[in-house]
Amino acid sequence: MIRKTVSNVKEALNGVQDGMTFMLGGFGLCGIPEKAISELVSLGVKNITCISNNAGVDDFGLGLLLQKHQIKKMISSYVGENNEFERQMLNGELEVELTPQGTLAEKCRAAQSGFPAFYTPAGYGTEVAEGKETREFNGKMYVLEEAFKADFSFIKAWKGDEAGNLIFKGTARNFNPCMCGAAKITVAEVEELLPAGELNPNEVHVPGIFVQRIFQGSNYEKRIEQRTVKTKS
Amino acid sequence: MLDKIGIAKRIAKEVKDGYYVNLGIGIPTLVANYVKDGINVEFQSENGVLGMGPFPFEGQEDADIINAGKQTITTLPGASFFDSVTSFGMIRGQHVDLTILGAMEVSECGDIANWKIPSKMVKGMGGAMDLVASAENIIVAMMHTNRAGKSKLLKKCSLPLTGVACVKKIVTNLAVIEITNEGFKLLERAPGVSVQDIIEATEGVLIVNENTPEMVL
Repeated sequence: MIRKTVSNVKEALNGVQDGMTFMLGGFGLCGIPEKAISELVSLGVKNITCISNNAGVDDFGLGLLLQKHQIKKMISSYVGENNEFERQMLNGELEVELTPQGTLAEKCRAAQSGFPAFYTPAGYGTEVAEGKETREFNGKMYVLEEAFKADFSFIKAWKGDEAGNLIFKGTARNFNPCMCGAAKITVAEVEELLPAGELNPNEVHVPGIFVQRIFQGSNYEKRIEQRTVKTKS
Repeated sequence: MLDKIGIAKRIAKEVKDGYYVNLGIGIPTLVANYVKDGINVEFQSENGVLGMGPFPFEGQEDADIINAGKQTITTLPGASFFDSVTSFGMIRGQHVDLTILGAMEVSECGDIANWKIPSKMVKGMGGAMDLVASAENIIVAMMHTNRAGKSKLLKKCSLPLTGVACVKKIVTNLAVIEITNEGFKLLERAPGVSVQDIIEATEGVLIVNENTPEMVL
């Protein structure tokens, strides 16, 4: 067994520097690497590029890094619900690359799996395809999209083991699996870190080979963005 | 004239037994409430769930189980969770039978614009571009005119496009319209709405049959 365990978030983020590109899992505030984000705030790294489906809200998630002007560029599919983001973007303080959601996921997967690029129908005939190679297959047009390149991937999983194997819960899975192994170093934070042998190999979602460092976080806030409920009648 | 619930009710009739359906945010989300008993469908949410159920009871909400609108939801028996790559594999691979989404503009050749108003609203396309580029069966749910009273059914879209020649059908507060090679084709009128009302609210070419039936909800 190859041990991937590090003792805390500080050790997990060793080597993080200004100007780097990070992938961060999550959809909205669901399944975001809360501990890695707060450590990035503490470290104060600047001019970073973040690849993340969304940009958090004003006072949580990636919004915390935006508040401190640590982000130079965001690569996302949807960036609503964040006033500070909008303000920085409209003032030209923040560079933004909007990418269709399925393309964003596939650009991560391509980086993980050794594909330099792939063709997708998403965005053909729109401004997303401007300047990109297009090609016809079987009478339909496709756009060539390239794999991402990143320095660190920050992943949030539910359970993990010392070998770096991961299991996710519910829709907190989202972009996390495709970002594992898609950067030079993948850091996974988990709610429960178990000894090797405690996870059933049949139930592992991401094998430990894609993870370099794993640690257990505590006191996850798991903020709900839209609390929708029905009342018992 | 229909309200948003009326639009959702009419679209619900397009949902057939055995369909996997992707619902966009807004009016499309309401469609799930009006699918008739006996019609077995599964709702897909792009953030990674098939078999979405209703909102949870108060106190049962789980931060780890949400829909694409970031709302807390439940799952039904037979549900599954998956990652974003798998989710968009279902969408691009045309395993989802019906996509229902909102729009700011639709053109008479089926182009759709729903993600950006330059220098005003730049929130991003989310999964909409993947959905419209791949789905075989796309129904747009929207009001026939915008807040300024201008038609949203145009000869050509004025806003940045989400996808080209992809919309098959539009259900608005006034009408059900099919996109054909010749332009918009009026299929049904909303209750209390005349063919003339629909002609006046439509900027693009509208093919009209004198005996256009009224919708049955």
